[in-house]
Amino acid sequence: MVKELLVILIASSLVNNVVLSQFLGLCPFLGVSKKTNTAAGMGVAVIFVITLASAVAGVIYQYLLVPLDITYLQTIVFILVIAALVQFVEMFLKKFIPSLYQALGVYLPLITTNCAVLGVALTNVQKNYGILTGIVNGFATAVGFTISIVILAGIREKMAYNDIPESFRGMPIVLVTAGLMAIAFCGFSGLL
Amino acid sequence: MNSVKERLVNGIIKENPTFVLTLGMCPTLAVTTSAINGLGMGLTTMVVLALSNVFISLLRNVIPDKVRIPAFIVIIASFVTVAELLLQGFLPFLYDALGIYIPLIVVNCIILGRAEAYAYKNPVIPSLFDGIGMGLGFSVALTCIGAVRELLGAGEIFGIHVMPDSYVPVSIFIMAPGAFFVLALLTAIQNKVKINGERKGRDMSKIQSGCGSDCMSCADAGCTHRLYDEKAADKGHKADTEDIVIEEIKEEENHG
Repeated sequence: MVKELLVILIASSLVNNVVLSQFLGLCPFLGVSKKTNTAAGMGVAVIFVITLASAVAGVIYQYLLVPLDITYLQTIVFILVIAALVQFVEMFLKKFIPSLYQALGVYLPLITTNCAVLGVALTNVQKNYGILTGIVNGFATAVGFTISIVILAGIREKMAYNDIPESFRGMPIVLVTAGLMAIAFCGFSGLL
Repeated sequence: MNSVKERLVNGIIKENPTFVLTLGMCPTLAVTTSAINGLGMGLTTMVVLALSNVFISLLRNVIPDKVRIPAFIVIIASFVTVAELLLQGFLPFLYDALGIYIPLIVVNCIILGRAEAYAYKNPVIPSLFDGIGMGLGFSVALTCIGAVRELLGAGEIFGIHVMPDSYVPVSIFIMAPGAFFVLALLTAIQNKVKINGERKGRDMSKIQSGCGSDCMSCADAGCTHRLYDEKAADKGHKADTEDIVIEEIKEEENHG
């Protein structure tokens, strides 16, 4: 059991990196990666939300959709649950843990429709993961996101001093960097 | 009839969602490993887009302004589920190839963007053709990108061998890194066109800088191209109420 979870942890965070090999969560990956600080903040917020969302989605799937035999409604249910969950988490943090809200608050609304959150919930169902396995998979996926966004932000901070051809300034050079990172992450496929 | 043609041309050329507006980048990168996958994804998105546009346009006077985004998402998710089940039943090879990216059409920014920017404000027929036009534009773009990647990465187009036997496929182009490189080149060309156009004094504000345009997840609140922006919407409402207040004051002055 522990070994199985460990394999999922490594596979989801490094080998099948959510951004660099599955292209989920690409938008915040490109949008919030200008500075390492904000990238790390975004990463932590994503870890928090995805882990929670995969737990809630897993429970709802196992104890509501499966017994009622309405698993075909999963897409609708998951997207609504995730949107409501993020709203709820935001309100909860604002009221009860203001210090955490100050650290994560700005990032929370940005994650609501992040396709990585829905993607993890759907992958968990597709791969027949149980609730615990699903949570571990969600956590690992989010850690993978955090690793890649922090690395990209670090590279972009250095890149600000470079002389880049005019038409490659802005997004194109970031995409080239992401491509090179994706090649590097291909190396992890020998890990398992 | 005129507006129908105008909407189609607008979607395919003037405001092509991929090449001009740079919307919906996640599926664009993920499924374009071959031309047929790109075409399948494009057409599926088109069907969902057209149907959700029609439905939202029909309900535009019923849906309250404040809950419109959740309402849009429920409508879109329903049509995505229908499309998913139909694909699973009738085109299983495409269903397997596209996998998780079919349900993820729900969070595709193009669909929510068109609902918000067009269907919620316009009658049914133009909305239908706006959806079809945008969907066709997306399909054309995805098929082109898929064809280029397939040609370079496997020497084939639509599974038919076209390159000479001496050509060694650059297989990185059908792997994940290739997607980033193709998109990088695409946005670089966009930048070039934009810079040249601006030098000649043309209005190039429609061309976006390739931010992925997931406006709902975007941190750049100052972006001028935001399709979805709660703060701007709030400001808009405030501005409206302020205008009304000013008008009332003026009226009072007139009466006085």
